[in-house]
Amino acid sequence: MKTRLTLNQKAGLLSLGLFALILLVWYLATLPDAKVAAANVDPEYAALMGGGAASSASSFPTPVAMAQTVWERLSDPFYDNGPNDKGIGIQLAYSLARVLGGFFLAAAVAIPLGFAIGNSRVFYQAINPYVQLLKPISPLAWMPLALYTIKDASASAIFVIFICSLWPMLINTAHGVANVRRDWLDVARTLEVNPLRKAFRVILPAAAPTILTGMRISMGIAWLVIVAAEMLVGGTGIGYFVWNEWNNLSITNVLFAILMIGVVGMALDSIFGVLSKRVAYQE
Amino acid sequence: MSAIPPFLQVENLARAYPSPTGGEAITVFDHVNFHIHKGEFVCVTGHSGCGKSTILNILAGLDAATTGNVFMDGREVAGPSLDRGVIFQSHALMPWLTVLENVSFAVKSRWASWSKQKVRDHAMRYIELVGLMGAEHKKPSQLSGGMKQRVGIARAFSIEPKMLLMDEPFGALDALTRGVIQDELLKICAETQQTVFMITHDVDEAILLSDKIMLMSNGPHARIAEIVNNTLPRPRERSAIHKQPHYYPIRNHLVDFLVSRSKQFGALRDAPDAPSSPTVFDPADLLVPEPPVVHTPPVGKPHIHLVNA
Repeated sequence: MKTRLTLNQKAGLLSLGLFALILLVWYLATLPDAKVAAANVDPEYAALMGGGAASSASSFPTPVAMAQTVWERLSDPFYDNGPNDKGIGIQLAYSLARVLGGFFLAAAVAIPLGFAIGNSRVFYQAINPYVQLLKPISPLAWMPLALYTIKDASASAIFVIFICSLWPMLINTAHGVANVRRDWLDVARTLEVNPLRKAFRVILPAAAPTILTGMRISMGIAWLVIVAAEMLVGGTGIGYFVWNEWNNLSITNVLFAILMIGVVGMALDSIFGVLSKRVAYQE
Repeated sequence: MSAIPPFLQVENLARAYPSPTGGEAITVFDHVNFHIHKGEFVCVTGHSGCGKSTILNILAGLDAATTGNVFMDGREVAGPSLDRGVIFQSHALMPWLTVLENVSFAVKSRWASWSKQKVRDHAMRYIELVGLMGAEHKKPSQLSGGMKQRVGIARAFSIEPKMLLMDEPFGALDALTRGVIQDELLKICAETQQTVFMITHDVDEAILLSDKIMLMSNGPHARIAEIVNNTLPRPRERSAIHKQPHYYPIRNHLVDFLVSRSKQFGALRDAPDAPSSPTVFDPADLLVPEPPVVHTPPVGKPHIHLVNA
Protein backbone atom coordinates (compact mmCIF):
# COMPACT_ATOMS: atom_id res chain seq x y z
CA MET A 1 0.00 0.00 0.00
CA LYS A 2 1.23 3.45 -0.88
CA THR A 3 1.29 5.97 1.92
CA ARG A 4 0.65 9.56 0.93
CA LEU A 5 3.23 12.12 1.98
CA THR A 6 2.35 15.60 3.09
CA LEU A 7 3.74 18.57 1.22
CA ASN A 8 6.26 19.21 4.01
CA GLN A 9 7.45 15.62 3.99
CA LYS A 10 7.94 15.69 0.23
CA ALA A 11 9.86 18.95 0.38
CA GLY A 12 11.96 17.66 3.27
CA LEU A 13 12.85 14.50 1.40
CA LEU A 14 13.76 16.47 -1.69
CA SER A 15 15.96 18.77 0.41
CA LEU A 16 17.78 15.80 1.92
CA GLY A 17 18.21 14.32 -1.55
CA LEU A 18 19.72 17.55 -2.81
CA PHE A 19 22.06 17.64 0.17
CA ALA A 20 23.20 14.09 -0.55
CA LEU A 21 23.74 14.98 -4.20
CA ILE A 22 25.86 18.00 -3.28
CA LEU A 23 27.94 15.87 -0.90
CA LEU A 24 28.41 13.25 -3.59
CA VAL A 25 29.56 15.77 -6.22
CA TRP A 26 31.81 17.39 -3.65
CA TYR A 27 33.25 14.01 -2.63
CA LEU A 28 33.94 13.00 -6.25
CA ALA A 29 35.46 16.35 -7.11
CA THR A 30 37.91 16.23 -4.23
CA LEU A 31 39.06 12.59 -4.66
CA PRO A 32 42.90 12.43 -4.63
CA ASP A 33 43.91 12.30 -8.30
CA ALA A 34 46.55 9.57 -8.05
CA LYS A 35 47.03 9.06 -11.78
CA VAL A 36 47.91 12.65 -12.52
CA ALA A 37 50.24 12.78 -9.56
CA ALA A 38 52.09 9.65 -10.60
CA ALA A 39 52.38 10.29 -14.32
CA ASN A 40 52.76 13.96 -15.05
CA VAL A 41 54.44 15.58 -12.12
CA ASP A 42 58.13 15.59 -11.66
CA PRO A 43 58.67 14.23 -8.13
CA GLU A 44 61.22 16.92 -7.46
CA TYR A 45 58.71 19.61 -8.42
CA ALA A 46 56.09 17.92 -6.31
CA ALA A 47 58.45 17.92 -3.35
CA LEU A 48 59.13 21.61 -3.90
CA MET A 49 55.43 22.32 -3.90
CA GLY A 50 55.23 20.78 -0.45
CA GLY A 51 54.98 17.14 0.36
CA GLY A 52 55.10 15.16 -2.88
CA ALA A 53 52.36 13.02 -4.34
CA ALA A 54 50.19 12.81 -1.22
CA SER A 55 49.42 16.54 -1.26
CA SER A 56 48.86 16.81 -4.97
CA ALA A 57 45.19 16.73 -4.13
CA SER A 58 44.05 20.36 -4.07
CA SER A 59 43.78 22.18 -0.77
CA PHE A 60 40.03 22.22 -1.25
CA PRO A 61 38.80 20.03 1.61
CA THR A 62 36.97 16.79 1.22
CA PRO A 63 33.49 16.60 2.82
CA VAL A 64 34.94 14.48 5.61
CA ALA A 65 37.73 16.95 6.37
CA MET A 66 35.17 19.75 6.27
CA ALA A 67 32.90 17.93 8.71
CA GLN A 68 35.85 17.41 11.04
CA THR A 69 36.71 21.13 10.94
CA VAL A 70 33.12 22.14 11.56
CA TRP A 71 32.94 19.78 14.51
CA GLU A 72 36.24 20.93 16.01
CA ARG A 73 35.45 24.63 15.61
CA LEU A 74 31.92 24.35 16.93
CA SER A 75 32.90 22.22 19.91
CA ASP A 76 35.19 25.00 21.16
CA PRO A 77 33.79 28.26 19.85
CA PHE A 78 35.06 30.67 22.51
CA TYR A 79 38.83 30.07 22.88
CA ASP A 80 41.14 33.04 22.54
CA ASN A 81 44.81 32.47 21.63
CA GLY A 82 45.71 36.01 20.69
CA PRO A 83 44.70 38.29 17.81
CA ASN A 84 45.04 35.75 15.01
CA ASP A 85 43.49 32.73 16.67
CA LYS A 86 40.08 33.21 18.24
CA GLY A 87 37.11 30.87 18.38
CA ILE A 88 34.35 31.32 15.82
CA GLY A 89 31.90 32.26 18.59
CA ILE A 90 34.04 35.24 19.59
CA GLN A 91 34.43 36.41 15.99
CA LEU A 92 30.70 36.14 15.35
CA ALA A 93 29.97 37.94 18.60
CA TYR A 94 32.15 40.87 17.49
CA SER A 95 30.37 41.03 14.15
CA LEU A 96 26.93 40.74 15.72
CA ALA A 97 27.72 43.44 18.27
CA ARG A 98 28.73 45.83 15.46
CA VAL A 99 25.71 44.95 13.34
CA LEU A 100 23.27 45.33 16.22
CA GLY A 101 24.93 48.55 17.40
CA GLY A 102 24.75 50.15 13.98
CA PHE A 103 21.31 48.75 13.29
CA PHE A 104 19.69 50.01 16.48
CA LEU A 105 21.34 53.42 16.13
CA ALA A 106 19.88 53.58 12.64
CA ALA A 107 16.46 52.48 13.91
CA ALA A 108 16.56 55.15 16.61
CA VAL A 109 17.10 57.77 13.91
CA ALA A 110 15.11 56.32 11.00
CA ILE A 111 11.85 55.44 12.73
CA PRO A 112 11.14 58.82 14.40
CA LEU A 113 12.38 60.67 11.30
CA GLY A 114 10.30 58.41 9.05
CA PHE A 115 7.27 59.16 11.24
CA ALA A 116 7.81 62.88 10.79
CA ILE A 117 8.36 62.55 7.05
CA GLY A 118 5.35 60.29 6.62
CA ASN A 119 3.12 62.73 8.50
CA SER A 120 4.04 65.83 6.54
CA ARG A 121 4.04 66.26 2.78
CA VAL A 122 6.27 69.31 3.06
CA PHE A 123 8.84 67.49 5.13
CA TYR A 124 8.64 64.52 2.81
CA GLN A 125 9.34 66.56 -0.28
CA ALA A 126 12.12 68.49 1.45
CA ILE A 127 13.96 65.36 2.61
CA ASN A 128 13.29 63.19 -0.42
CA PRO A 129 16.11 64.51 -2.68
CA TYR A 130 18.68 63.82 0.04
CA VAL A 131 17.39 60.32 0.58
CA GLN A 132 17.41 59.61 -3.15
CA LEU A 133 20.97 60.90 -3.43
CA LEU A 134 22.38 59.10 -0.39
CA LYS A 135 20.52 55.81 -0.76
CA PRO A 136 22.41 54.40 -3.78
CA ILE A 137 25.86 55.05 -2.26
CA SER A 138 27.65 51.84 -1.35
CA PRO A 139 28.02 51.93 2.42
CA LEU A 140 31.70 51.00 2.08
CA ALA A 141 32.33 54.23 0.21
CA TRP A 142 31.77 55.97 3.55
CA MET A 143 34.58 54.00 5.16
CA PRO A 144 37.49 56.38 4.47
CA LEU A 145 35.42 59.33 5.60
CA ALA A 146 34.43 57.45 8.74
CA LEU A 147 38.02 56.42 9.50
CA TYR A 148 39.18 60.00 8.98
CA THR A 149 36.56 61.61 11.18
CA ILE A 150 35.96 58.94 13.84
CA LYS A 151 39.60 57.74 13.94
CA ASP A 152 38.55 54.35 15.31
CA ALA A 153 38.30 51.26 13.14
CA SER A 154 35.64 49.47 15.13
CA ALA A 155 33.44 52.56 15.45
CA SER A 156 33.85 53.18 11.73
CA ALA A 157 32.49 49.71 11.01
CA ILE A 158 29.49 50.52 13.20
CA PHE A 159 29.02 53.77 11.31
CA VAL A 160 29.02 51.93 7.99
CA ILE A 161 26.35 49.58 9.32
CA PHE A 162 24.39 52.58 10.57
CA ILE A 163 24.47 54.21 7.14
CA CYS A 164 23.44 51.11 5.24
CA SER A 165 20.61 50.26 7.69
CA LEU A 166 19.23 53.76 7.70
CA TRP A 167 17.61 54.03 4.27
CA PRO A 168 15.31 51.01 4.07
CA MET A 169 13.96 51.75 7.56
CA LEU A 170 13.53 55.44 6.82
CA ILE A 171 11.77 54.90 3.52
CA ASN A 172 9.53 52.12 4.78
CA THR A 173 8.55 53.98 7.93
CA ALA A 174 7.68 57.11 5.96
CA HIS A 175 5.75 55.05 3.44
CA GLY A 176 3.89 53.08 6.09
CA VAL A 177 2.97 56.18 8.07
CA ALA A 178 1.89 58.13 4.99
CA ASN A 179 -0.38 55.30 3.88
CA VAL A 180 -2.31 54.65 7.07
CA ARG A 181 -5.94 54.26 6.01
CA ARG A 182 -7.87 57.52 6.19
CA ASP A 183 -10.75 55.76 7.92
CA TRP A 184 -8.63 54.92 10.95
CA LEU A 185 -7.33 58.45 11.20
CA ASP A 186 -10.88 59.75 10.87
CA VAL A 187 -11.96 57.45 13.70
CA ALA A 188 -9.15 58.84 15.83
CA ARG A 189 -10.18 62.39 14.94
CA THR A 190 -13.85 61.88 15.76
CA LEU A 191 -12.79 60.33 19.07
CA GLU A 192 -10.61 63.37 19.79
CA VAL A 193 -7.58 61.16 20.38
CA ASN A 194 -4.54 63.24 21.35
CA PRO A 195 -1.54 63.22 18.96
CA LEU A 196 0.68 61.03 21.11
CA ARG A 197 -1.99 58.40 21.66
CA LYS A 198 -2.84 58.54 17.96
CA ALA A 199 0.82 57.98 17.05
CA PHE A 200 1.21 54.97 19.33
CA ARG A 201 -2.23 53.40 19.21
CA VAL A 202 -3.29 54.05 15.62
CA ILE A 203 -0.43 55.04 13.29
CA LEU A 204 2.26 52.80 14.76
CA PRO A 205 0.24 49.56 14.72
CA ALA A 206 -1.13 50.43 11.28
CA ALA A 207 2.33 51.06 9.86
CA ALA A 208 4.10 48.35 11.88
CA PRO A 209 4.12 45.68 9.15
CA THR A 210 5.70 48.10 6.66
CA ILE A 211 8.18 49.38 9.25
CA LEU A 212 9.17 45.85 10.16
CA THR A 213 9.71 44.95 6.52
CA GLY A 214 12.10 47.90 6.34
CA MET A 215 13.90 46.68 9.45
CA ARG A 216 14.18 43.21 7.97
CA ILE A 217 15.69 44.54 4.75
CA SER A 218 18.07 46.73 6.76
CA MET A 219 19.21 43.83 8.87
CA GLY A 220 19.84 41.72 5.76
CA ILE A 221 21.93 44.46 4.19
CA ALA A 222 23.80 45.11 7.45
CA TRP A 223 24.79 41.47 7.69
CA LEU A 224 26.02 41.52 4.08
CA VAL A 225 28.01 44.70 4.64
CA ILE A 226 29.64 43.75 7.94
CA VAL A 227 31.74 41.02 6.28
CA ALA A 228 33.20 43.46 3.76
CA ALA A 229 33.60 46.18 6.38
CA GLU A 230 35.53 43.88 8.72
CA MET A 231 37.78 42.73 5.89
CA LEU A 232 38.72 46.39 5.56
CA VAL A 233 39.07 47.39 9.20
CA GLY A 234 40.55 44.09 10.39
CA GLY A 235 41.27 42.98 13.92
CA THR A 236 38.17 41.05 14.89
CA GLY A 237 34.92 39.78 13.48
CA ILE A 238 33.80 37.19 11.00
CA GLY A 239 34.86 39.29 7.98
CA TYR A 240 38.36 39.60 9.35
CA PHE A 241 38.34 35.87 10.09
CA VAL A 242 37.55 35.06 6.45
CA TRP A 243 40.30 37.33 5.20
CA ASN A 244 42.81 36.03 7.74
CA GLU A 245 42.10 32.40 6.82
CA TRP A 246 42.46 33.29 3.15
CA ASN A 247 45.91 34.70 3.96
CA ASN A 248 46.61 31.42 5.77
CA LEU A 249 45.40 29.60 2.63
CA SER A 250 43.05 27.62 4.83
CA ILE A 251 40.18 27.04 2.41
CA THR A 252 38.56 24.76 4.97
CA ASN A 253 38.25 27.60 7.45
CA VAL A 254 37.05 30.01 4.76
CA LEU A 255 34.34 27.53 3.82
CA PHE A 256 33.45 27.09 7.45
CA ALA A 257 33.19 30.87 7.91
CA ILE A 258 30.98 31.15 4.82
CA LEU A 259 28.68 28.52 6.29
CA MET A 260 28.54 30.35 9.62
CA ILE A 261 27.76 33.69 7.92
CA GLY A 262 24.86 32.00 6.17
CA VAL A 263 23.56 30.38 9.37
CA VAL A 264 23.68 33.60 11.38
CA GLY A 265 22.13 35.61 8.54
CA MET A 266 19.32 33.11 8.31
CA ALA A 267 18.76 33.25 12.08
CA LEU A 268 18.62 37.06 12.06
CA ASP A 269 16.14 37.03 9.20
CA SER A 270 13.91 34.47 10.86
CA ILE A 271 13.80 36.58 14.04
CA PHE A 272 12.35 39.36 11.93
CA GLY A 273 10.06 36.85 10.26
CA VAL A 274 8.61 36.00 13.69
CA LEU A 275 8.30 39.69 14.64
CA SER A 276 6.57 40.45 11.32
CA LYS A 277 4.01 37.76 11.98
CA ARG A 278 3.34 39.23 15.40
CA VAL A 279 2.52 42.73 14.12
CA ALA A 280 0.78 41.61 10.94
CA TYR A 281 -2.95 42.18 10.69
CA GLN A 282 -5.51 41.06 8.22
CA GLU A 283 -7.95 43.59 6.89
CA MET B 1 -42.68 73.60 18.16
CA SER B 2 -40.90 76.71 16.92
CA ALA B 3 -40.40 77.84 20.51
CA ILE B 4 -37.72 75.20 21.09
CA PRO B 5 -34.50 76.01 19.22
CA PRO B 6 -33.55 73.03 17.06
CA PHE B 7 -30.80 70.78 18.37
CA LEU B 8 -28.87 70.89 15.10
CA GLN B 9 -29.10 73.88 12.83
CA VAL B 10 -27.47 73.99 9.39
CA GLU B 11 -27.43 77.38 7.73
CA ASN B 12 -26.69 78.13 4.11
CA LEU B 13 -24.06 75.42 3.81
CA ALA B 14 -22.02 75.18 0.60
CA ARG B 15 -18.95 73.25 -0.44
CA ALA B 16 -16.82 73.94 -3.49
CA TYR B 17 -13.79 72.02 -4.68
CA PRO B 18 -11.05 73.54 -6.80
CA SER B 19 -11.39 72.35 -10.37
CA PRO B 20 -8.83 69.71 -11.32
CA THR B 21 -8.21 71.49 -14.63
CA GLY B 22 -7.60 74.80 -12.92
CA GLY B 23 -10.80 76.51 -14.03
CA GLU B 24 -13.68 77.70 -11.93
CA ALA B 25 -14.25 75.89 -8.64
CA ILE B 26 -16.92 73.19 -8.71
CA THR B 27 -19.72 73.77 -6.23
CA VAL B 28 -21.05 70.41 -5.13
CA PHE B 29 -23.94 71.79 -3.10
CA ASP B 30 -25.04 75.17 -1.89
CA HIS B 31 -27.92 76.84 -0.03
CA VAL B 32 -28.32 73.81 2.19
CA ASN B 33 -30.53 74.61 5.17
CA PHE B 34 -32.09 72.17 7.57
CA HIS B 35 -32.51 71.45 11.24
CA ILE B 36 -32.83 68.38 13.37
CA HIS B 37 -34.61 68.23 16.73
CA LYS B 38 -33.38 66.23 19.68
CA GLY B 39 -34.28 62.58 19.39
CA GLU B 40 -35.16 62.87 15.73
CA PHE B 41 -34.01 60.31 13.17
CA VAL B 42 -33.30 62.01 9.86
CA CYS B 43 -32.39 60.23 6.66
CA VAL B 44 -30.86 61.90 3.61
CA THR B 45 -31.08 60.40 0.19
CA GLY B 46 -30.17 61.47 -3.32
CA HIS B 47 -28.09 60.37 -6.25
CA SER B 48 -24.35 59.82 -6.04
CA GLY B 49 -22.32 63.00 -6.30
CA CYS B 50 -24.87 65.28 -4.67
CA GLY B 51 -22.61 65.78 -1.67
CA LYS B 52 -24.45 63.77 0.98
CA SER B 53 -21.25 62.35 2.38
CA THR B 54 -19.62 65.77 2.32
CA ILE B 55 -22.47 67.20 4.38
CA LEU B 56 -22.07 64.35 6.85
CA ASN B 57 -18.32 64.94 7.04
CA ILE B 58 -18.91 68.62 7.70
CA LEU B 59 -21.36 67.74 10.48
CA ALA B 60 -18.75 65.35 11.87
CA GLY B 61 -16.11 68.08 11.71
CA LEU B 62 -13.91 66.02 9.38
CA ASP B 63 -14.42 68.42 6.48
CA ALA B 64 -14.95 72.17 6.40
CA ALA B 65 -17.70 73.99 4.56
CA THR B 66 -16.80 76.64 2.00
CA THR B 67 -19.55 78.86 3.35
CA GLY B 68 -22.29 78.44 5.91
CA ASN B 69 -22.47 77.30 9.51
CA VAL B 70 -23.46 74.32 11.54
CA PHE B 71 -24.63 74.76 15.11
CA MET B 72 -25.20 71.89 17.47
CA ASP B 73 -26.70 72.43 20.89
CA GLY B 74 -26.11 76.17 20.52
CA ARG B 75 -22.41 75.84 19.68
CA GLU B 76 -20.78 76.07 16.30
CA VAL B 77 -19.30 72.87 14.90
CA ALA B 78 -15.64 73.64 14.20
CA GLY B 79 -13.96 70.25 14.27
CA PRO B 80 -14.43 66.63 15.23
CA SER B 81 -15.91 66.03 18.65
CA LEU B 82 -16.83 63.17 20.91
CA ASP B 83 -20.31 64.70 20.98
CA ARG B 84 -20.89 63.35 17.51
CA GLY B 85 -20.39 59.64 16.92
CA VAL B 86 -19.72 58.52 13.37
CA ILE B 87 -20.53 55.15 11.84
CA PHE B 88 -18.51 54.74 8.68
CA GLN B 89 -19.69 52.80 5.65
CA SER B 90 -16.45 50.84 5.61
CA HIS B 91 -16.91 50.13 9.35
CA ALA B 92 -13.33 51.49 9.88
CA LEU B 93 -12.46 49.02 12.62
CA MET B 94 -8.81 48.74 13.51
CA PRO B 95 -7.87 45.28 12.30
CA TRP B 96 -5.08 44.78 14.83
CA LEU B 97 -7.50 45.18 17.74
CA THR B 98 -10.13 42.73 18.90
CA VAL B 99 -13.82 43.67 19.02
CA LEU B 100 -13.53 44.52 22.72
CA GLU B 101 -10.35 46.53 22.17
CA ASN B 102 -11.93 48.47 19.31
CA VAL B 103 -14.88 49.50 21.46
CA SER B 104 -12.68 50.05 24.52
CA PHE B 105 -10.45 52.36 22.48
CA ALA B 106 -13.45 54.62 21.92
CA VAL B 107 -14.61 54.37 25.55
CA LYS B 108 -11.11 55.16 26.81
CA SER B 109 -10.99 58.16 24.46
CA ARG B 110 -14.23 59.45 25.94
CA TRP B 111 -13.48 58.82 29.59
CA ALA B 112 -9.69 58.84 29.92
CA SER B 113 -9.77 58.66 33.71
CA TRP B 114 -11.82 55.48 33.91
CA SER B 115 -10.25 52.32 35.32
CA LYS B 116 -9.51 49.38 33.03
CA GLN B 117 -12.33 47.40 34.53
CA LYS B 118 -14.85 50.20 34.14
CA VAL B 119 -13.87 50.75 30.50
CA ARG B 120 -14.18 47.05 29.86
CA ASP B 121 -17.58 46.74 31.53
CA HIS B 122 -18.92 49.74 29.63
CA ALA B 123 -17.60 48.40 26.31
CA MET B 124 -19.06 44.97 27.03
CA ARG B 125 -22.48 46.50 27.68
CA TYR B 126 -22.57 47.91 24.16
CA ILE B 127 -21.12 44.77 22.60
CA GLU B 128 -23.97 42.90 24.26
CA LEU B 129 -26.45 45.50 23.00
CA VAL B 130 -25.54 44.77 19.37
CA GLY B 131 -25.64 41.03 19.99
CA LEU B 132 -21.93 40.28 19.74
CA MET B 133 -21.54 38.66 23.15
CA GLY B 134 -19.04 35.82 22.77
CA ALA B 135 -17.25 37.38 19.82
CA GLU B 136 -15.54 40.09 21.87
CA HIS B 137 -12.08 38.54 21.59
CA LYS B 138 -12.24 38.06 17.85
CA LYS B 139 -10.35 40.21 15.38
CA PRO B 140 -12.40 42.04 12.73
CA SER B 141 -11.00 39.77 10.00
CA GLN B 142 -12.73 36.83 11.70
CA LEU B 143 -16.13 38.54 11.55
CA SER B 144 -18.69 38.72 8.78
CA GLY B 145 -19.55 42.06 7.19
CA GLY B 146 -22.69 42.40 9.31
CA MET B 147 -20.85 41.65 12.53
CA LYS B 148 -18.16 44.20 11.68
CA GLN B 149 -20.80 46.87 11.16
CA ARG B 150 -22.35 45.93 14.50
CA VAL B 151 -19.00 46.58 16.15
CA GLY B 152 -19.00 49.96 14.40
CA ILE B 153 -22.44 50.64 15.84
CA ALA B 154 -21.38 49.51 19.32
CA ARG B 155 -18.32 51.74 19.12
CA ALA B 156 -20.34 54.78 18.05
CA PHE B 157 -23.03 54.26 20.72
CA SER B 158 -20.50 53.44 23.46
CA ILE B 159 -19.25 57.02 23.65
CA GLU B 160 -22.86 58.12 24.24
CA PRO B 161 -22.70 60.94 21.69
CA LYS B 162 -25.30 63.67 21.56
CA MET B 163 -25.74 62.88 17.92
CA LEU B 164 -25.01 59.95 15.65
CA LEU B 165 -23.89 60.34 12.05
CA MET B 166 -24.15 57.36 9.74
CA ASP B 167 -22.82 57.25 6.21
CA GLU B 168 -24.62 54.44 4.40
CA PRO B 169 -23.85 52.11 7.25
CA PHE B 170 -25.52 49.09 5.69
CA GLY B 171 -24.62 49.76 2.06
CA ALA B 172 -22.10 46.94 1.88
CA LEU B 173 -24.31 44.31 3.54
CA ASP B 174 -26.54 41.70 1.96
CA ALA B 175 -30.28 42.28 2.19
CA LEU B 176 -30.98 39.73 4.94
CA THR B 177 -28.20 40.93 7.24
CA ARG B 178 -29.21 44.50 6.55
CA GLY B 179 -32.75 43.79 7.70
CA VAL B 180 -31.61 42.23 10.95
CA ILE B 181 -29.27 45.11 11.78
CA GLN B 182 -31.88 47.71 10.85
CA ASP B 183 -34.26 46.09 13.34
CA GLU B 184 -31.58 46.23 16.00
CA LEU B 185 -30.77 49.83 15.23
CA LEU B 186 -34.47 50.68 15.47
CA LYS B 187 -34.59 49.04 18.88
CA ILE B 188 -31.43 50.71 20.18
CA CYS B 189 -32.50 54.14 18.94
CA ALA B 190 -35.88 53.74 20.58
CA GLU B 191 -34.17 52.83 23.87
CA THR B 192 -31.58 55.59 23.82
CA GLN B 193 -33.64 58.37 22.18
CA GLN B 194 -30.61 58.99 19.98
CA THR B 195 -30.57 61.90 17.54
CA VAL B 196 -29.47 60.49 14.19
CA PHE B 197 -28.44 61.83 10.80
CA MET B 198 -28.15 59.00 8.30
CA ILE B 199 -27.30 58.78 4.62
CA THR B 200 -28.95 55.97 2.73
CA HIS B 201 -29.71 54.94 -0.83
CA ASP B 202 -32.33 52.50 0.32
CA VAL B 203 -35.86 53.92 0.25
CA ASP B 204 -37.28 51.16 2.44
CA GLU B 205 -34.53 51.66 4.99
CA ALA B 206 -35.33 55.37 5.15
CA ILE B 207 -39.04 54.67 5.64
CA LEU B 208 -38.44 52.07 8.33
CA LEU B 209 -36.02 54.13 10.40
CA SER B 210 -36.62 57.83 9.95
CA ASP B 211 -38.86 60.58 11.24
CA LYS B 212 -37.93 62.85 8.40
CA ILE B 213 -36.44 62.14 4.99
CA MET B 214 -34.48 64.83 3.17
CA LEU B 215 -34.23 64.50 -0.59
CA MET B 216 -31.31 66.05 -2.37
CA SER B 217 -31.32 67.17 -5.99
CA ASN B 218 -28.48 66.19 -8.29
CA GLY B 219 -25.13 67.97 -8.14
CA PRO B 220 -23.37 70.17 -8.94
CA HIS B 221 -25.18 72.90 -7.03
CA ALA B 222 -27.19 70.22 -5.28
CA ARG B 223 -29.73 71.31 -2.68
CA ILE B 224 -32.14 69.78 -0.29
CA ALA B 225 -35.09 69.82 -2.63
CA GLU B 226 -37.78 68.25 -0.48
CA ILE B 227 -38.37 67.13 3.05
CA VAL B 228 -40.74 64.24 3.63
CA ASN B 229 -42.32 63.86 7.05
CA ASN B 230 -42.45 60.19 7.82
CA THR B 231 -45.79 59.88 9.57
CA LEU B 232 -45.73 56.13 10.08
CA PRO B 233 -46.45 55.44 13.76
CA ARG B 234 -43.81 53.95 16.05
CA PRO B 235 -42.95 51.34 17.14
CA ARG B 236 -42.53 50.09 13.59
CA GLU B 237 -42.39 46.48 12.51
CA ARG B 238 -40.73 45.52 9.27
CA SER B 239 -43.37 42.87 8.67
CA ALA B 240 -46.36 45.18 9.18
CA ILE B 241 -45.11 48.54 8.04
CA HIS B 242 -46.42 48.27 4.47
CA LYS B 243 -49.96 47.84 5.80
CA GLN B 244 -49.90 51.37 7.18
CA PRO B 245 -52.03 53.72 5.06
CA HIS B 246 -49.18 56.24 4.72
CA TYR B 247 -46.62 53.70 3.60
CA TYR B 248 -47.21 53.68 -0.15
CA PRO B 249 -47.81 57.42 -0.53
CA ILE B 250 -44.46 58.04 1.13
CA ARG B 251 -42.68 55.32 -0.76
CA ASN B 252 -44.11 56.40 -4.12
CA HIS B 253 -43.19 59.97 -3.40
CA LEU B 254 -39.59 58.99 -2.63
CA VAL B 255 -39.20 56.71 -5.62
CA ASP B 256 -40.77 59.32 -7.91
CA PHE B 257 -38.29 61.84 -6.67
CA LEU B 258 -35.27 59.62 -7.19
CA VAL B 259 -36.40 58.42 -10.61
CA SER B 260 -37.58 61.65 -12.16
CA ARG B 261 -37.97 64.77 -10.03
CA SER B 262 -34.37 64.88 -8.77
CA LYS B 263 -33.26 65.70 -12.32
CA GLN B 264 -35.70 68.56 -12.77
CA PHE B 265 -34.03 70.35 -9.94
CA GLY B 266 -30.95 70.54 -12.11
CA ALA B 267 -32.49 73.74 -13.44
CA LEU B 268 -31.54 75.30 -10.10
CA ARG B 269 -27.93 75.33 -11.21
CA ASP B 270 -28.63 78.15 -13.61
CA ALA B 271 -30.59 80.12 -11.06
CA PRO B 272 -28.27 80.91 -8.18
CA ASP B 273 -30.98 82.76 -6.29
CA ALA B 274 -33.51 79.98 -6.54
CA PRO B 275 -35.44 79.28 -3.33
CA SER B 276 -33.21 77.51 -0.86
CA SER B 277 -35.96 76.29 1.43
CA PRO B 278 -37.23 72.86 0.44
CA THR B 279 -40.87 71.98 -0.04
CA VAL B 280 -42.32 69.78 2.67
CA PHE B 281 -44.27 66.67 1.82
CA ASP B 282 -46.57 65.38 4.51
CA PRO B 283 -48.67 62.34 3.65
CA ALA B 284 -51.18 63.38 6.28
CA ASP B 285 -52.21 66.27 4.02
CA LEU B 286 -52.58 63.90 1.12
CA LEU B 287 -54.85 61.42 2.74
CA VAL B 288 -57.71 63.75 3.54
CA PRO B 289 -58.81 64.50 -0.04
CA GLU B 290 -58.10 61.09 -1.56
CA PRO B 291 -58.49 58.36 1.05
CA PRO B 292 -57.72 54.99 -0.60
CA VAL B 293 -54.37 55.75 -2.22
CA VAL B 294 -53.05 52.68 -0.55
CA HIS B 295 -53.64 50.43 -3.51
CA THR B 296 -51.96 52.55 -6.13
CA PRO B 297 -49.31 50.35 -7.72
CA PRO B 298 -45.90 51.68 -6.79
CA VAL B 299 -43.85 53.42 -9.41
CA GLY B 300 -40.26 52.40 -10.03
CA LYS B 301 -39.07 49.14 -8.63
CA PRO B 302 -41.31 46.06 -8.75
CA HIS B 303 -42.86 45.07 -5.45
CA ILE B 304 -42.31 41.75 -3.91
CA HIS B 305 -43.84 42.97 -0.67
CA LEU B 306 -47.26 43.15 -2.25
CA VAL B 307 -47.15 39.60 -3.49
CA ASN B 308 -46.05 38.26 -0.14
CA ALA B 309 -48.58 40.30 1.80
